[in-house]
Amino acid sequence: MGMTITEKILSRHAGLEEVQPGMLINARVDIALGNDITAPIAIAEFKKAGGTAVFDRDKVALIPDHFTPNKDIHSAEQCKIVRTFAREQRITHYYEVGEAGIEHALLPEQGIVLPGDLVIGADSHTCTYGALGAFATGVGSTDLAAAMLKGELWFRVPETLKIVFHGRMRKWVSGKDLILFLIGLIGVDGARYKAMEFAGEAAGKLGMADRFTIANMVIEAGAKNGIFIPDDVTKAYVQGRAKRPFSFYASDPDARYADVIEIDISGIEPQVAFPHIPSNVRGISRVGDVRIDQVLIGSCTNGRIEDLRIAAGILKGRKAAPYIRLIIVPATPEIYRMAVKEGLMEIFIDAKAAISPPSCGACLGGHMGVLAEGERAVATTNRNFVGRMGHPRSEVYLVNPAVAASSAVLGRIAGPDELEGGGKS
Amino acid sequence: MKFKGRIWKFGDNIDTDAIIPARYLSTSDPEILAAHCMEDADPGFVKKMRPGDIIVAGENFGCGSSREHAPIAIKAAGISCVIAGSFARIFYRNAFNMGLPIFESRDLQALVSDGREIEVDSDEGTIRVVNSAEEPVRIHPVPPFMQELIRAGGLMKYISKKET
Repeated sequence: MGMTITEKILSRHAGLEEVQPGMLINARVDIALGNDITAPIAIAEFKKAGGTAVFDRDKVALIPDHFTPNKDIHSAEQCKIVRTFAREQRITHYYEVGEAGIEHALLPEQGIVLPGDLVIGADSHTCTYGALGAFATGVGSTDLAAAMLKGELWFRVPETLKIVFHGRMRKWVSGKDLILFLIGLIGVDGARYKAMEFAGEAAGKLGMADRFTIANMVIEAGAKNGIFIPDDVTKAYVQGRAKRPFSFYASDPDARYADVIEIDISGIEPQVAFPHIPSNVRGISRVGDVRIDQVLIGSCTNGRIEDLRIAAGILKGRKAAPYIRLIIVPATPEIYRMAVKEGLMEIFIDAKAAISPPSCGACLGGHMGVLAEGERAVATTNRNFVGRMGHPRSEVYLVNPAVAASSAVLGRIAGPDELEGGGKS
Repeated sequence: MKFKGRIWKFGDNIDTDAIIPARYLSTSDPEILAAHCMEDADPGFVKKMRPGDIIVAGENFGCGSSREHAPIAIKAAGISCVIAGSFARIFYRNAFNMGLPIFESRDLQALVSDGREIEVDSDEGTIRVVNSAEEPVRIHPVPPFMQELIRAGGLMKYISKKET
């Protein structure tokens, strides 16, 4: 019987010939990830269980990226716990502030996660690495503790939901819009416990940035993992980054799927997820007059160089509207450097943007852009739950980088077509 | 396991930001987290609940972030167990791994209102409404592996035990 790519990666890591949905397996972990919010609990659990050494110091990644640079004394203490542990254990992939970036942009960029890997991370957006053709899933801190100790973890083999993209993306539409549209279609639990596999000729045409954005948000549909079949686009991205061997897997033609959803992407316009749930989406043409206070361009969803280039194309020669706070967060130091070299930073400063160091802070209402009562933000992030970016009575609207940049200029939610002279691409 | 307590009802898709907002995640101290349990879903929750009370929710409870701070906050606040129509998968995993009892049932929500007392018997697989003539509600059986995790006292104890 044929297997899906997810089943193949899981069976290989469990040392089994074949696995089927519903099976409980113990599988070997290639990379176990934690950050400054989740790792302190994992480290405490690790020590409580008598742990003295991690299973492999090359296979643990500890990235202080959430409330860094330290936002207050409590956060500083959490980071200190992670730093002390990383030094003690001589963790290879520990990145100090200055080298650190948003984990889900940093790990692929640095070639730490690779195609065919089994990756667990104590962060729900760990699913991002599925873009590379890896099995990657978010877990809790106790799971991370167990994985750091043993190098393996229990998994229930998920059923797979196959998403087939056809057609061509319209102008100003990106991976963000495809995944928002899909979440709107199936709901925030439409893929609960399942793997989501992206296929079809239009999926193959997506660049890596769009694939990362799509895989990043499968958790917003409740999925365990999201995965693309690796191809030449993947190969071009991984070459020069990988420092160890990797494997390309593909689903068998007779693999079994729980369901197959076919989507013609030619009909999709830029999407906006209204508060307070990511499935509350509508097309940009149906938004109406929504006045805003803040725009955030960044995060593990849309803080890559491709996203910043799109934003800069729109902001060039323009400024954020009066009283609008425009905050731009390059996801990693490498992206920051590229943005400087390409002249994007000058465009952003001229547009009155505040440029933040790489940090998850603003996306989850930690620091560097917290909202007051009654304020509205347009954000290229992934969640718009109640209180997500600040006060419980503030609002978050999720969009792609082109819509975010246009909205900053106009002071209301708007696409690039509404700008005087249109957007430049 | 048996639990008896007053119930507090919540709707569908209660996310982990509502269970414990990220503004409190600069600590993992259970006492501090417990003081803000369910704050963005019901700001007065911690004041009105008593130790032993039970949360009853709809579908996809605990969706969103992987923060284990969510089940930690619920457990440290003194909630004895959570019953929901379904759970988001990371929350489900976390609850078993760290020892917060959770049960799946879709039949309870329509039957009871806030403040009613219920009795949960997980061995029997039933939930009874105290002082009610209604038939007991069935709990979805807990998968055998999850029962093993509970018996061991959580994931870390389970993997240490397996080794010896």
